[in-house]
Amino acid sequence: MITRSTRIRLGIFLAATALALTGCASTSTQTADNATVTAGDAVSISDAWVKSAESGMSAGFGELTNDSDADVTVVSATTEASSMVELHETVENENGETVMRQIEGGFVIPANGSIILEPGGNHIMLMDLTAPLAAGEEVTFTLTFSDDTTYEFTAPVKDYSGANENYERGDMDMDN
Amino acid sequence: MNPRDRQKHPDRAGATRRQFLLGGTVAGVGAVAAIAVENALSTDSTTPAMAASVPLNGDVTVPFHGAHQAGIDTAAQTHGIFLALDLLAETDRDGLRRMMRILTDDAARMTQGQSALADSEPELAVAPARLTVTFGFGSGLVARAGATNPTWLKPLPAFGIDRLQAEYSDGDLLIQIAADDPLTVAHASRMMLKDTRSFASLRWTQQGFRRAHGSVKPGTTMRNLFGQVDGTANPEPGTADFDAVVWNTTDGWAAGGTGIVVRRIAMNLDKWDRLDRPGRDQAVGRFQSNGAPLTGSGEFDEPDFEAKTAIGFPVIPEFSHMRRSRSHNPRERIFRRGFNYDDNPAAGRISNAGLIFVCFQADIERQFIPIQRRLDELDLLNEWTTPIGSSVFAAPPGCSEGGYIGETLLA
Repeated sequence: MITRSTRIRLGIFLAATALALTGCASTSTQTADNATVTAGDAVSISDAWVKSAESGMSAGFGELTNDSDADVTVVSATTEASSMVELHETVENENGETVMRQIEGGFVIPANGSIILEPGGNHIMLMDLTAPLAAGEEVTFTLTFSDDTTYEFTAPVKDYSGANENYERGDMDMDN
Repeated sequence: MNPRDRQKHPDRAGATRRQFLLGGTVAGVGAVAAIAVENALSTDSTTPAMAASVPLNGDVTVPFHGAHQAGIDTAAQTHGIFLALDLLAETDRDGLRRMMRILTDDAARMTQGQSALADSEPELAVAPARLTVTFGFGSGLVARAGATNPTWLKPLPAFGIDRLQAEYSDGDLLIQIAADDPLTVAHASRMMLKDTRSFASLRWTQQGFRRAHGSVKPGTTMRNLFGQVDGTANPEPGTADFDAVVWNTTDGWAAGGTGIVVRRIAMNLDKWDRLDRPGRDQAVGRFQSNGAPLTGSGEFDEPDFEAKTAIGFPVIPEFSHMRRSRSHNPRERIFRRGFNYDDNPAAGRISNAGLIFVCFQADIERQFIPIQRRLDELDLLNEWTTPIGSSVFAAPPGCSEGGYIGETLLA
């Protein structure tokens, strides 16, 4: 965690990497002689993508897979594409409305299992874009796990008409 | 149709790069999963026991990545759609690169039976049915990229027989989508067009078809809606001859690609109906019955242009389509891969049919145009056919995994 900001290159890479999703690097704050598999080494993402947006909010999706024998928990995500990033779930609130809100405790990826981040479900929420996200650009994310290890990946930006659901906080719309 | 599957060359397909792999999802797992579909298709399926082992054609995939784009030397599928787009004013070189990365990723996934990213109907991607997606760049796109056109990448010269309509002509970007399943084609087309919206607008679409999968023996030359066997003289994919005719080796970013001509040829079926069988045979120089030249008995017999009738006229008339299109110059050859169209007739008519004429050649100026000039000057078939659309594109080469179509131009 401490060294994350200096160790990991963040931001939008337009040309350097393949469009196909690539998990670029995993990092660990644990010592090299620790035999246990860190979350950062156990987790990978496939089919990642981000919804294009001129400004305001967007979201990242994909399938997170955990290859270790223990559950891992994503506690936070960061990207230079947004000044604020949250991990969201989609739930029914007390009024029976489907809303998205920050998930308590983060995303738990079961041992030797996976979770899907998708429109209408769990997703990585970009709350405040720092610049327009145009189709075909790439966004680099860093996930941080409960053991303080991290996993970095890039995701292409795609135009997408859906994912306009309301948010519990302030009824915001992603297209706003 | 692609002659590579002809029974007389049962082993030829094995030598070509684009073997069809069975099972889109398993194709990448290992060579164990790779089975030449030609073998599968030739399996006798008439007995119930064997039928159970015949794979679904919907599962068959054509490799996307390679030195050349798929959909050119691939045995023509049943259904094809051609999409021509105009670039938006704001689409610059960087925009082109982003667009081609997105479209390449969509195509690479869908052709292998996987849904594209952000596909709202991923269930429609599960049966690729030999889906191929092929891109062609018009001169407008090349100019937008700030690059130099191959000399032949420009509209064809105006021909006297042309009655071209803007709604079927030109365009900055061509996307050819073809598969043996019309739902697969519709879905792939929808997905690709959704992903072009930030960069381009749709200029025209043309939809065509051939015989359904399984209706005739693989490799059977297609018939057009005049009833003619159409494409007999094509070079055979996988041969040096084909490579010489089709693949561009000289034009910088376009090397490894090919020149694409797409012409919409209206065919007047009502007028054609009035022509009797001998007249039809003479117009083409081939028998409508089996496509054999008028001097032969089998489709692939070499025509004898010197043969004369009892009263001294050429057996294959000088004005026939085959005679006029044939050149002594071996360079003046093309590879045809067209589709029939049969659209809604205008009020009071019962037919609006024709051919989406598609041909591939390394150099359109040196190969296609001389042929078309001769047909423009004289071809009896012109009595019944009218070109109403015409476009020229350069197919860039293929790409490897992680790359994108157009990288030789845009990187």
